[in-house]
Amino acid sequence: MSQAEFYQRDRERHPPALTPDYKTSVARSPRNALISLQQSVSEITGPVFGHNDIDPIDNDLIHNYAKAGASAIGERIIVHGRVLDENGRPVAGTLVEAWQANAGGRYRHKKDTYLAPIDPNFGGCGRTITDENGYYFFRTVKPGAYPWRNWVNNWRPAHIHMSIFGTSFSQRLITQCYFEGDPLIAKCPIVKTIPTQDGIDSLVAALDLNATIPLDSIAYKFDIVLRGRRSTLFENRLEGN
Amino acid sequence: MAQKLDYLKETPSQTAGPYVHIGLAPGAAGFDIYRSELGWDIAGPNAAGERIRVEGVVIDGTGNPVKDVLIEAWQANASGVYAHPESGGEVEDGFRGWGRVITDFETGEWGFDTVKPGPVKARRKLGTGPLHEPANAGGDWLGRADEAHENMAPHINLWIVARGINIGLNTRVYFDDEAEANAKDPVLNLIEWQNRRPTLIAKRGERDGKVVYRFDIRLQGENETVFFDI
Repeated sequence: MSQAEFYQRDRERHPPALTPDYKTSVARSPRNALISLQQSVSEITGPVFGHNDIDPIDNDLIHNYAKAGASAIGERIIVHGRVLDENGRPVAGTLVEAWQANAGGRYRHKKDTYLAPIDPNFGGCGRTITDENGYYFFRTVKPGAYPWRNWVNNWRPAHIHMSIFGTSFSQRLITQCYFEGDPLIAKCPIVKTIPTQDGIDSLVAALDLNATIPLDSIAYKFDIVLRGRRSTLFENRLEGN
Repeated sequence: MAQKLDYLKETPSQTAGPYVHIGLAPGAAGFDIYRSELGWDIAGPNAAGERIRVEGVVIDGTGNPVKDVLIEAWQANASGVYAHPESGGEVEDGFRGWGRVITDFETGEWGFDTVKPGPVKARRKLGTGPLHEPANAGGDWLGRADEAHENMAPHINLWIVARGINIGLNTRVYFDDEAEANAKDPVLNLIEWQNRRPTLIAKRGERDGKVVYRFDIRLQGENETVFFDI
């Protein structure tokens, strides 16, 4: 065993629990301090997924809910990138799940009553497993902005929700991917739960013309960083770092 | 100025939002899309041990149930082994040890069927050996195979996300019929305020001949559940 616990999470980079401009957080944030744990086997392990768990079409949101021969309506995009740890090493074989509204900002969810219409050929979720280089991609349509009941005139920027497992339960992460140049990013109380501009910037996918498919799809690059891991101090040398 | 450290920084968390079901439980959102959704069977039919159900409700700071929560569970099997290569040991075919559940949109109730986990090895205790040596030959950094190390009491690790929760909350479910083990558990004993420890202990009951542990989670206020920074 050459690896030990994961680096402490930087709680000054993540949003705090209580962020009153995002109103729902007020009654859903603990008032007591978190109890810090040195990690045990309960924290350094986590679920393992394989290609048997998913289907190859699962990462193609343009087609994974479309009728035969049809495709989702909207700006066709590829969202791709790498899942890395804080040491810059690829996180291979990890499950990445994504969900989003359609091009008009409407979610396929029985609780979403926004008046923009459902796209009959768009479900809005996908999943994939990173390759040996930590690389992943989704094919989808760019989601639209949508209004939400926070202040009376709040609009979420276009975003894709992302869920990433990593290799341990302590790396488990859900975040949101935004798109370069969207003027709503700077206005959003959910974005602004993040305390630093650098942190916010790290959630904005960059237009990646090099990865577009000419005459087919535009591409955005979105890299994801999970917690890094200490090498053991019980051996004579630090391995790897 | 010192040299610049070249570590990358962890991607910041964001709330899972109210429509988390679309991505992680699309059937609950109202549509079927995948061959199979992940996380609905934690232990599988081959797992040894006592079959149990764990259930409860998540309550917010106003005293109302939260009806759009998603909870993930991570646990060892009845022998105390996690379905992960670093746990050291085999698990039964089909035992995943991981599951996800959502709260009922009307009542806020959640629950999952599993097997009761066995005790797992705790970290090596501080001061039990030289800092820079392995716990003992053949042991690893967690101190497995070191007889001097205590077990943790049986527990299930939970991760809770929802609208209004900016970063997932970690907690643990312990069992009230494991009083002796709970009294020695190094994590429970880390909680300075003894009156907060019972917020992590599920209450055993029975329904229709089935063992059911009740575990209500209070996000805020009176009897607030203990949450961990893991």
